[in-house]
Amino acid sequence: TDYNDLYCLFTLVQFTKAGQFFSSGHTNNWAVLVCTSRFWFNYRHVANTLSVYRSVKRLGIPDSHIVLMLADDMACNYRNPKPATVFSHKNMELNVYGDDVEVDYRGYEVTVENFLRVLTGRLPPSTPRSKRLLSDDRSNILIYLTGHGGNGFLKFQDSEEISNMELADAFEQMWQKRRYNELLFIIDTCQGASMYERFYSPNLMALASSQVGEDSLSHQPDLAIGVHLMDKYTFYLLEFLEEVHPASQANMNDLFKVCPQSQCVSTPGHRTDLFQRDPGSVLITDFFGSVRKVEITKDTINLTSPVEPPIQRSGSGDIQIESLTYVDQLPVAEIIHQKPKQKDWHPPDGFILGLWTLILLVFFQTYGIKHLKHIF
Amino acid sequence: MAAHRCGLSLVCILFFSSLAHPSRCDTLEKANDNTATKRSISEVNTDGSVAGEDMNERQWQSTDVEVNRSDGTKNSETFTPAPAKDQFQEELVIRPLHSGDIYASFQFRTLWDTDFLQEGQKKVSHYRLFPKSLGQVLSKFSVQELHISFTQGFWRTMQWGQPFIPSPPGAELWVWFHHTVSDVDGNWKELTNVLSGIFCASLNFIDMTNTVQPSASFKPLGLGNATDHRFLRYATLPREIVCTENLTPWKKLLPCGSKAGLAVLMKSEKLFHSSFHSQAVHIRPICQDEQCTSKAWELRQTLNVVFDHYTSGQGKKEWSLFKMFSRTLTEACPLASSSKVYVDITDNPEGELFELSPATPLLSQAVVLGDRRTYSVYDLTRAETFGQLRSFNLLLRWKGDSGDMLRPLLHAERYVAGFGLQTGEIHTVIYNNHPYRAFPVLLMDSVPWYLQLYIHTLTVTSKSRDNKPSYIHYQPAKDRHRPHLLEMLIQLPPHSMTEVTVQFERALLKWTEYTPDPNHGFYVGSSVISALVPSMVAMSTNFTQDQPLFSSFVPVKEESSYFVRVYTEPLLVNLPTPDFSMPYNVICLTCTVVAVGYGSFYNLLTRTFQVDEPSPPLAKRLANFIRRIRGVPLLA
Repeated sequence: TDYNDLYCLFTLVQFTKAGQFFSSGHTNNWAVLVCTSRFWFNYRHVANTLSVYRSVKRLGIPDSHIVLMLADDMACNYRNPKPATVFSHKNMELNVYGDDVEVDYRGYEVTVENFLRVLTGRLPPSTPRSKRLLSDDRSNILIYLTGHGGNGFLKFQDSEEISNMELADAFEQMWQKRRYNELLFIIDTCQGASMYERFYSPNLMALASSQVGEDSLSHQPDLAIGVHLMDKYTFYLLEFLEEVHPASQANMNDLFKVCPQSQCVSTPGHRTDLFQRDPGSVLITDFFGSVRKVEITKDTINLTSPVEPPIQRSGSGDIQIESLTYVDQLPVAEIIHQKPKQKDWHPPDGFILGLWTLILLVFFQTYGIKHLKHIF
Repeated sequence: MAAHRCGLSLVCILFFSSLAHPSRCDTLEKANDNTATKRSISEVNTDGSVAGEDMNERQWQSTDVEVNRSDGTKNSETFTPAPAKDQFQEELVIRPLHSGDIYASFQFRTLWDTDFLQEGQKKVSHYRLFPKSLGQVLSKFSVQELHISFTQGFWRTMQWGQPFIPSPPGAELWVWFHHTVSDVDGNWKELTNVLSGIFCASLNFIDMTNTVQPSASFKPLGLGNATDHRFLRYATLPREIVCTENLTPWKKLLPCGSKAGLAVLMKSEKLFHSSFHSQAVHIRPICQDEQCTSKAWELRQTLNVVFDHYTSGQGKKEWSLFKMFSRTLTEACPLASSSKVYVDITDNPEGELFELSPATPLLSQAVVLGDRRTYSVYDLTRAETFGQLRSFNLLLRWKGDSGDMLRPLLHAERYVAGFGLQTGEIHTVIYNNHPYRAFPVLLMDSVPWYLQLYIHTLTVTSKSRDNKPSYIHYQPAKDRHRPHLLEMLIQLPPHSMTEVTVQFERALLKWTEYTPDPNHGFYVGSSVISALVPSMVAMSTNFTQDQPLFSSFVPVKEESSYFVRVYTEPLLVNLPTPDFSMPYNVICLTCTVVAVGYGSFYNLLTRTFQVDEPSPPLAKRLANFIRRIRGVPLLA
């Protein structure tokens, strides 16, 4: 299939859309997928996030370009009858957790502060690379949020909220710092459309699973696991994405049609006024996949001669005479006679005595020697 | 004068080391770039397995070349310097337990003759079998020894015996830094963050409030001279969850990944559906050969899992590799110099307890954990192990009923006593089951600051008599800054139970310090008990290269005892939790009271009453309208 894709792209270059092919705006893709709910009965939110993760990975975005935040662990939760699995379809048809998953922020680390820091890039210097969103001005970013929400807010971990104004400001910060080329924002919560009402930065496209005043509903429970497995909107979104492959030409208008009211009960909404291109010309793989534009060459390239492995032992002729030894694991005698090392500085023992002597001497000097006679 | 010269040379050394630092940072960034692009390339390549195998094929050929050359230069008498050689060994030990459960222990060892920390040598940049991410971490933070483990479940010593490599529930990290490090705390903080990225774990929650500096426990397991405990840091996260996202990067550190060798058996759906699962990484410098004249770096990745015969075994006392791991072995890792499967048959000398198939003529005896055990060995580097079907599936079928297990010599328990949410008592009970020998144990307790220990209530009793420890090291906690550290060396009398009790008071945290689910409770990490237990069989103090991996983890210094570490249960303690809805309730109540009280008062003072005429019917209104036009007085 790879060769087919490359051949298709090659013929495209050759014949018609050469200009359009190389003039597309983005060069790399990132995804920030966040599940904000804790507790076992919110299994479906983790399943939502993992199904989008699975689609995004399948379409080509590597783990190093995905920031996955799961607020609670469902797969290895003690209540899970099938550990290390998270199912999206009842009767355990599809395990979206899989065998090759890398969660960057988990458990208590999923907070509003960490989410906003990831988006704006203002992380402490010791944060590892896998936890950073290292996007640039040619990156297309997909942001997916799911959890419990309301009119103008989204609840994180049952203890704090992010408001739509904070989110809009974060995206404006990203725009001003040139951290994205185009951004697709998808939210699957109750009254999700309220979260994108306040956006004001350019090149943003947003989708939500329900309008203001409507609730997003969950899809189907599994009687063996005992909880609802997915939300309706993301379930149909997953069904739609399963048919997308890296060379697919499906565009955003198809994505807007996912889950009409007859299937979803709530009315999904979308917002494209801040987006510069026409949604019909935006491919799904522009955000969900990482389609690399490859230029095939038939010329031979000369590689440099192979590097010799560096010499590790300098002067192996001289043999070390003293042999090294292992340390005694429990040296009882040494431990008993060990003097505890005082880290805090204490003044030497005689110091206090000397200090008092000095004080007494000064006292008696100022007040005269005659007082001494009275004491002794 | 000498002082001035020393000062100058010190300044020079500091200057050069500071110059060296930025370059190391760069390589770390570049390395991450490389791994990122490497991973991205493998992701875009839909047929990833083919690319991986190609790389393995090429590396297998170069291994041949390396081996020949290393044989020639073994004595290092020739003056041509040998390139750094590394070797990889893998083994799986299967120990059937008396209750019908089965204990499988994987060990992967990469041995590399190089020195990350030696000054003045060229920086290590050519990695072959040793994972580059870990190598760069070691050299950047000047790490002498690193031990990290992730465990799900608790090891039941009374039912399962002693594990080969013990580990406490949750995550545990202890590190010995090189004696040249000047800022150990800064290095520790950065190291925990880097490791949290490598292992996809929340190790960034390790900070000063849960790090301790043991003064006598956790001596280095590798080579070392100075054991200044200022360079040791120890921390546990008892609440850390272990799941596939921790196993995935762990598997990626192996030279063959999870594509060949013993690592193909590691399927997360089976591994996490077990009573106990622990994966660990141990890095330390060890002796390169028997004379021990030079150091080599050893990276051990261990995975211990205990399968329960009711949940995984469907109640039948019959185990096979396929039943345990849902996979069979098809080949050894091509990069491994040795790949073996050991099955413990000590309790089955005549084959009356269980039946093992396929049969193997290879037997091996090893003294491990103070006992001489016999093992059937299957060598996966030989093609005949795989038989005609080219797949190796071990089968163990129980025939008879096994008796009771031999009681382990050292066993410990811990629990919280008391009632209410103000005070409590921590009881640690240590059992010495040896019939006539007494031996000392070192108990290390690290209690978080919010359980305020009253050390004056510390009592140690053995056989209902007071037992005074010969060494006590206590470092009190500082609120929100440092946890309690209590280390005691206790002599356990033979065949006795020793109880250590200490009372504590629970602190009230600030309302922002509570976790999002505070009613779950707060965890207290496991106590660590290190002991030299008298062994039944003489242990061998010689270090040989052919020793199986499971018996060569802890260096043996004397023949009559072996070193063991026992972890107790972690404690789950409820702290007094405020009602977080109270601010909302208070605001509502206050506003209601103010509104009702002040409002009524205001109305009473300023309200006047007027009589209001009811509006007249339509006819009268019309009549009034006409009268107004006419200028005539209106009707009432």
